Amino acid sequence: MKTKLYIFSLIAILFFSNSGFTSSSTEPEVGIEAISINLSDVKSLQRGARNFFNYCAGCHSLQYMRYEQIAEDLNISEEQLLDNLIFTDKTPQDLVTTNMLKEDGDRWFGKAPPDLTLVTRRKNPDYVYQFLKSFYIDNTSPTGVNNLTQDGTSMPHILWLLEEQMTAEDYNRFILDTVTFLEYVGEPIQQKRKSLGVWVISFLVLLLVFSYALYKDIWREVK
Amino acid sequence: MSKQEESLFTNPILKWVDDRFPLSSLIKDHATEYYASKNFNIWYIFGVLSMVVLVIMLMTGFFLTMNYKPSAEDAFNSVEYIMRSVEWGWLIRYMHSTGSSFFFIVVYLHMLRGMLYGSYKKPRELIWIIGMLLYFCLMAEAFFGYLLPWGNMSYWAGQVIVNLFSYIPVIGETLTEWIRGDYFMSDITLNRFFAFHVIFLPLAILGLVVAHILALHHVGSNNPDGIEIKNYKDASGKPIDGVAFHPFHTSKDLVAIIVFLILYFAAVFYAPEMGGLFLEVDNFEPADPLKTPEHIVPSWYFTPYYAILRAIPNAALGAVFLVAAVLLFVFLPWLDRCSVRSIRYRGWQYKVALFSFVVSFIVLGYLGMQPATGIYVLLARIFTVIYFAFFLLMPFYTKLEKTKPVPHRVVYKK
Repeated sequence: MKTKLYIFSLIAILFFSNSGFTSSSTEPEVGIEAISINLSDVKSLQRGARNFFNYCAGCHSLQYMRYEQIAEDLNISEEQLLDNLIFTDKTPQDLVTTNMLKEDGDRWFGKAPPDLTLVTRRKNPDYVYQFLKSFYIDNTSPTGVNNLTQDGTSMPHILWLLEEQMTAEDYNRFILDTVTFLEYVGEPIQQKRKSLGVWVISFLVLLLVFSYALYKDIWREVK
Repeated sequence: MSKQEESLFTNPILKWVDDRFPLSSLIKDHATEYYASKNFNIWYIFGVLSMVVLVIMLMTGFFLTMNYKPSAEDAFNSVEYIMRSVEWGWLIRYMHSTGSSFFFIVVYLHMLRGMLYGSYKKPRELIWIIGMLLYFCLMAEAFFGYLLPWGNMSYWAGQVIVNLFSYIPVIGETLTEWIRGDYFMSDITLNRFFAFHVIFLPLAILGLVVAHILALHHVGSNNPDGIEIKNYKDASGKPIDGVAFHPFHTSKDLVAIIVFLILYFAAVFYAPEMGGLFLEVDNFEPADPLKTPEHIVPSWYFTPYYAILRAIPNAALGAVFLVAAVLLFVFLPWLDRCSVRSIRYRGWQYKVALFSFVVSFIVLGYLGMQPATGIYVLLARIFTVIYFAFFLLMPFYTKLEKTKPVPHRVVYKK
């Protein structure tokens, strides 16, 4: 019986372990520093939203996300939303699309700037963080810059001036806030999912106690 | 009208029903008077767990279709819409996507149970064959469903699998076009895959499940000792070593179901992507016919077969081996020549063979996720040989087995 349990748990471990099975398609070309993202830090998320709508939203859309959901989840009032985050003729009920036409994007950058709703799930937050920090001057590139994380990127270094003006610490904070916001956008219910899970599993554990007692009671007569 | 006399009910409404519908006899035949061995161990929970996952998949799938749009234009958007704007849509979708992986986990363990205790042997060959048909339907169901989110990996992995048909001589190309309904994977393909996924295969699976259980209840369940409990009955005709399915096995299964649900919901709530195994990273971008993912990999539950396909140098021959690898399971009842069912009393030959087979299945599963280069290809070839040797050499090594004496009564320790 012991050995069988052992074999069974071995199989279970094989099925449940992530390591080694993970596909490596997001493997970067340079070492990537692991960052810690705190999705419960509403202030950080708000700063990230500010950063995104001021620096990214001109080119990048969040086409699966609505303004009002961002406002609701991040404790932003409709007034604040309209004054500070919506710079176009959009309403809070609209999806966060960009006004740049795809054809224009293709023409100007070689490839239209991608939608970023799922970027942290397609790549991962560490990658996005590292990407935004890895621009370097390269005179052979049309944009004057290149990127260590993604060689030959067609994205110009939008944050150049900020990186120059800010202290390293502030700049890192700026990028981290932005990535935290994008991680939230990738899966808006992530926090809810994790907090709900505790209740569901606790309930099942309680149910397990009773069902086990029932089983033992019913099987008492079996000899 | 003996059935009427045997009615379980005193309630007039239920008696009314009983006179017109075999309610009492159904309950007796399949629950309260269906006797199964009292010594079932942990391997005997995966059948009922498959049914639990089936119900979860049917219910969550039903709700998903309310908001999912089976068109190349809208499919990806509608999935994200479900994840964001539909009330509890994210939970329903994660339960469905996680459920598909858990379905295969429990089904593979259920099949392994059959192989451990010889449950496919006479008189249960037909249960095994119906079970294999269920497995094939499940694979088709998973494959069709996998295309529906219209993510880039859905698209390309679907492409690879559909293209397997093009290796069939003469009619291959035409057949592939006929399956896709187009010259490439397109909106038309997506639409018909949706039809298969939500109508045809679920109906086939439900029908086969009923047949699987009816056949099982006709001949009776096997047990870890691989002996017939029917051989020893008490004065009233009940098997001495059997206990009624209800309430005994149901109360035991309930514990198993709850343990299963804890593991399942742990994945749903804390690891719905399972590190890219349950939801692949490439599927977080919409299908793009012009952009092939770096490594096209099918879902983990198909990777053992995918590894076999790639291990064979010739693609057409690889497809033949892939099909053979799946089909060979059907013939187990006739490939196995040993008269003893349970591994407990079988010789070392079968124990070694089954262990090697399980190892090769897992290793091939791993190799199927890796790029087909260098050492991976070599390993895949070695384990493909082991995989096939298990089946093809079975008539020989099972004949040589020196079995241990089989007890007359089941071994049961309280």
